Amino acid sequence: MSREVVFKVDDVCVDFEVGGKSFFSKKKSLRALNHISFELYKGETLAIVGESGCGKSTICRTAMRFHSPSSGNMYYEDLNIHQLDKQNLKRYRQKMQMIFQDPFSSLNPLHNIYYHLDRPLTLYHNHSAKEKQELMDKYLTMVGLVPPSEQGNKHPHELSGGQRQRAYIARVLAVGADVIFADEPTSMLDVSIRLGVLNLMNDLKNDLGKSFIYITHDIATARYISDRIIVLYAGHMVEWGDVDKVIINPQHPYTQLLVAAAPDPEREGEVDLPVVKNDEETEVNLWTPESKGCPFAKRCPKAVEACKVELPPPVEVDEGQFVRCTHAKSIK
Amino acid sequence: MSDALLNVENLKVEYITGDSTTVAAVDNVSFSIKPGESLGLAGESGCGKSTIAYSLMRLHKPPALITNGKIVMNGKDVLNMNKKELQQFRWQETSMVFQSAMNCLNPVVTMEKQFFEIYKYHGVTKNKKEAIKLSEKLLSIVGIPAERLKDYPHQFSGGMRQRAVIAMALALNPKLLILDEPTTALDTVVQRDIIQRIFKLQKEYGFAILFITHDISLMMEFCDSVAVMYAGRIIEQGKSLMMLKEPKHPYTYGLKNSFPSLQGPLSHMEGIKGNPLNLKNIPQGCRFQDRCFRVCDKCRQIEPPKVEHTDGFFYCHDQLAYDKGGKLHE
Repeated sequence: MSREVVFKVDDVCVDFEVGGKSFFSKKKSLRALNHISFELYKGETLAIVGESGCGKSTICRTAMRFHSPSSGNMYYEDLNIHQLDKQNLKRYRQKMQMIFQDPFSSLNPLHNIYYHLDRPLTLYHNHSAKEKQELMDKYLTMVGLVPPSEQGNKHPHELSGGQRQRAYIARVLAVGADVIFADEPTSMLDVSIRLGVLNLMNDLKNDLGKSFIYITHDIATARYISDRIIVLYAGHMVEWGDVDKVIINPQHPYTQLLVAAAPDPEREGEVDLPVVKNDEETEVNLWTPESKGCPFAKRCPKAVEACKVELPPPVEVDEGQFVRCTHAKSIK
Repeated sequence: MSDALLNVENLKVEYITGDSTTVAAVDNVSFSIKPGESLGLAGESGCGKSTIAYSLMRLHKPPALITNGKIVMNGKDVLNMNKKELQQFRWQETSMVFQSAMNCLNPVVTMEKQFFEIYKYHGVTKNKKEAIKLSEKLLSIVGIPAERLKDYPHQFSGGMRQRAVIAMALALNPKLLILDEPTTALDTVVQRDIIQRIFKLQKEYGFAILFITHDISLMMEFCDSVAVMYAGRIIEQGKSLMMLKEPKHPYTYGLKNSFPSLQGPLSHMEGIKGNPLNLKNIPQGCRFQDRCFRVCDKCRQIEPPKVEHTDGFFYCHDQLAYDKGGKLHE
């Protein structure tokens, strides 16, 4: 594909040290991300779904330089994110921004909304006071906080959850971000407001060409706003590709399970969850760098001996849909 | 209705606020549940769903006060019970599963002992061995191996803890089980597993369920009938299938359309504009007027009356109509 790549993850592993039960016991390492590689194109939304603890947020936090990868690299355009000089660091911080899950704690309660927009404009851009005011009003209107002169003078506590998330998105726009990491941006919002925020993200993508990484556990909204999807299980990419192909015709047993479990009122009768019913093993267990095989093997109804030995390489099951599973059949 | 298990009439719950005014979190709500039936209560946060659940068991605490209404459970008036009757009523007749199971289990006491205490205080058995036998059976119906009874709650995973709480709620064979957002903190796979189990148990044991959640698609899949609340009132109630296919109230329509589908083609969806109503200044007329996409002058002046039909009721001046294909008439 000839589309412009704005963000690239190349074979990234992230290990965390976890202590043993006492001070003297041996430290263990936990592999939170295992050989993750993907590319984000300009003007697209890439969803990352998976259950809690599967490493979705770790991808985001590593890209934000909260953690550094144990091996592998992340690139913004052609800059290696974890080896930036001072000048590039500033540029990188401007271009990559994150939307947090909790709009109640991501805004400073002591300052009004205008202040939140004014700071990044002062720090990253050279504008006169009049220009700044115009820009702030423009961004507030863009995210649907109208009239801007009234909403901008409010403090965060005067806004509802959805409005706060919109105000935060306005701030991200004011910084001038191109790649926006949205870490469960709607999970704290009311159902009736959620769609409004998602539609806003969609508009920003279509009108301004922003790229989004949308991290969620809700597969239905992932289908609604994204172009491509990555399904993560215990730090492994198990299936990825075009969102419609993956969700309508999932190939990996874990994706099938996720899709089957999503609530759907039009479904009749009970769903037979394709899980091995073993209560001890339903949680993600500790995955160490030495662990072998497919992480889903213990829960997988189709698991065979080979699954415990080695994780198979990605197989293209349909155009633009990749699966890592022994049972997957290549189109070629 | 005399055959109803639970009958709530004109319930009004008010909160006293700091400036000594009151806010009616639940305003004139009436509904009933028949034995073995499941009713879903949906709505966004702050609309009063949990307040209803708490007041049904009289667990509400000041500043919340029940100022009006009647709650009759199995022929007994809940609001007139004394302390002793209330203790028997809770758990034996009605039990509740709370939102976060992590907080309802005592972290320093083993599961075994927590089960034993239920049996002891409700006079089922004082014999520890017998209690363990009973609790083992309970755990097995929610799919937890019996040997885990000796564990502490922190040794359980989130889903297991929630299942253990459900097992506890069923310990005394209640006639009504109130589920207050039982699965919001859990992953979708675990969520489905737990809810399927509960509704399977319902068929086996025949208790009634009041299921409270904001996830209307989950509710419509499982419950017999669904009531939708907005700003302290039930604005529409009906059979799940009817509510799914042809909701009459614009709010139900909007809520239903806030959940993207997993099948078929996707189109642009609008959700509901605006923000939830502040209960401190309730406008004249319909409470939903500012967010409604078909608001008219009448809505701003006159409160809509209750309109009953074969499958339920709703409060709206301008009900939504559908043509034969199930498409909304403009």
